[in-house]
Amino acid sequence: MQRTSTLRQLPYTLLGLVFLALMLFPVYWMVNTSFQGGGTAASSSFFPTDPTFDGYRRALSQQTGNLLTSLVVAIGTVVVSLAIATPAAYALSRFRLRGMGVFSFGLLIAQMIPGIVIANSLYSLFNDVGLLNSVPGLVLADATHAVPFAILIMTAFMRSIPPSLAEAARVDGAGHFRAFWSIIVPVSRNAIVTAGLFSFLFAWSDFIFALTLTTSDTVKPITLGIYDYLEGNVQSWGPVMATTVMSSVPAIILLVFAQRFIAAGALGGAVK
Amino acid sequence: MTTTATLEGRDVAARGDGLGGDHHGDRARRRARAREKAAQWLFLAPAIVYVLVFFGYPVVKNLTMGFQEYTTRTFYTGEAPWVGFANYAEVFRSSIFGTTVVNTVLFTVGSIVGQFVLGLLLALYFRRRFPLSNVMRSLLLLPWLLPVIAGTSVWKWMLDQDSGVLNQVLRGLHLVSDPVPWLTSPDVALLGVVIVNVWLGIPFNSALLYSGLQDIPDELYEAGALDGATGWKAFWHITWPNLRGVVNVVLVLGVIYTLKVLDIILGLTGGGPANATQTLATDSYRRSFTEFSFGTGAAVSNVLIVVSLVFAVVYLRVNRRAVDE
Repeated sequence: MQRTSTLRQLPYTLLGLVFLALMLFPVYWMVNTSFQGGGTAASSSFFPTDPTFDGYRRALSQQTGNLLTSLVVAIGTVVVSLAIATPAAYALSRFRLRGMGVFSFGLLIAQMIPGIVIANSLYSLFNDVGLLNSVPGLVLADATHAVPFAILIMTAFMRSIPPSLAEAARVDGAGHFRAFWSIIVPVSRNAIVTAGLFSFLFAWSDFIFALTLTTSDTVKPITLGIYDYLEGNVQSWGPVMATTVMSSVPAIILLVFAQRFIAAGALGGAVK
Repeated sequence: MTTTATLEGRDVAARGDGLGGDHHGDRARRRARAREKAAQWLFLAPAIVYVLVFFGYPVVKNLTMGFQEYTTRTFYTGEAPWVGFANYAEVFRSSIFGTTVVNTVLFTVGSIVGQFVLGLLLALYFRRRFPLSNVMRSLLLLPWLLPVIAGTSVWKWMLDQDSGVLNQVLRGLHLVSDPVPWLTSPDVALLGVVIVNVWLGIPFNSALLYSGLQDIPDELYEAGALDGATGWKAFWHITWPNLRGVVNVVLVLGVIYTLKVLDIILGLTGGGPANATQTLATDSYRRSFTEFSFGTGAAVSNVLIVVSLVFAVVYLRVNRRAVDE
């Protein structure tokens, strides 16, 4: 019985694989080209029959520093975003303060403000306070991608924590901070990890602030390294694709190892 | 009428109760409550400061910059003279403005229609359970998780006129005789950019629509099947009406996200050829950061703010209705 129904469903699996192959073809092409030499833009073949690491060698010689910059900026963004968003989510889920509704409303609107608006103004602000071309500047700007999202999904999660948990601690004499740190944070671990992973991805993928808030090569995230290739007339796609493959590694790792967090974040942020 | 009267009466009674109280206890209690409130506000304080500085300030600053002559010189001299509506006049009179508005509309509508239709088809297909369906569904998220500029760069390579794989395949299948200048001809560049944005948007659309489909109870379909509603009829009479709330949210969010797209267009065409892919967002970037005319750049992005705000209001109303349902 089980086997016949599995057999009957086989065509669905096959057609599903066709859809998946079409959707993921660009990703395959990226990997395929990355192994096809550092030579010319001549048409690459459909399979890397004669794989070479030349593309990666050249990409690494040009982009290692940029990859490290992106890593540092992304980790910094996770720390800053969580430090700001976790207590805020606790407050929004637990307290009733006048003006909190306005703040939540502001968060929703904030997510919709076009990045170019923020970049336009931050450029002059950062110029005045000396944050252009700096890692802290990029961290603070990149957190705009993450903070509203992180607050919203963590608030939704913390609302589901029974109020009695934190109250029990407070009856025992713990202040709000102790109750938050030793009860709420451990219980909310999954939501915090989800918010952190997405903050990392948002900052790692950031393009607009990398483009507008850096003007020299001293601090250059990997997204801008890729853009530099595209701006010129690309003669050799091997190193370019090798760079994009390396820039895609965090997303692939997360998809493979943090699947359940990704699914939770993808849906939690948008609808609720 | 009667209810109001009773309510008022009770109100007065309550107020009367409050009058006779122990003043000392009151003050201590009030102070304790103030301290409690302050502790609660402390949790929100960092977020409030951050939102004010990194969202509030930029919007206000952008609005004022639109009325100022704000150029590179401003950064040295600190002078940004007020020029009234001169920036707006310059923007609206420039020949490029009409083009960018039309491009923005075409880019947005084309992207949304493509993403939504293909995303919905995938969501409907994967609602059926078959071996590996869950694994495939999560792999479909990949294009959405990659850095946008990474997806953009592989598409730039695939759409290359002479050696790109898309033209190779199209010619191999004899669908076109000459290679299509996807990104280099003003006639097709906008289509090329839309194709890439559709690819990037499909995972988001199909994931949200899939979760909406999961919320439709099976009993509805079972009951419908008894009445002869299967296949297309079931979709039209059961699926679509029940999915409407999610559909509205997906569409409005799609518009808001598409309006601010910058990386795809800058990476693929840089707004060219001959401004064929210049949108409000890329034009604002161009004015501010390549011509260093921050005043007119701000004017263009203020137009963008207004359009986004309109859709934000639509989103909030639609979302509330979706939650109510």
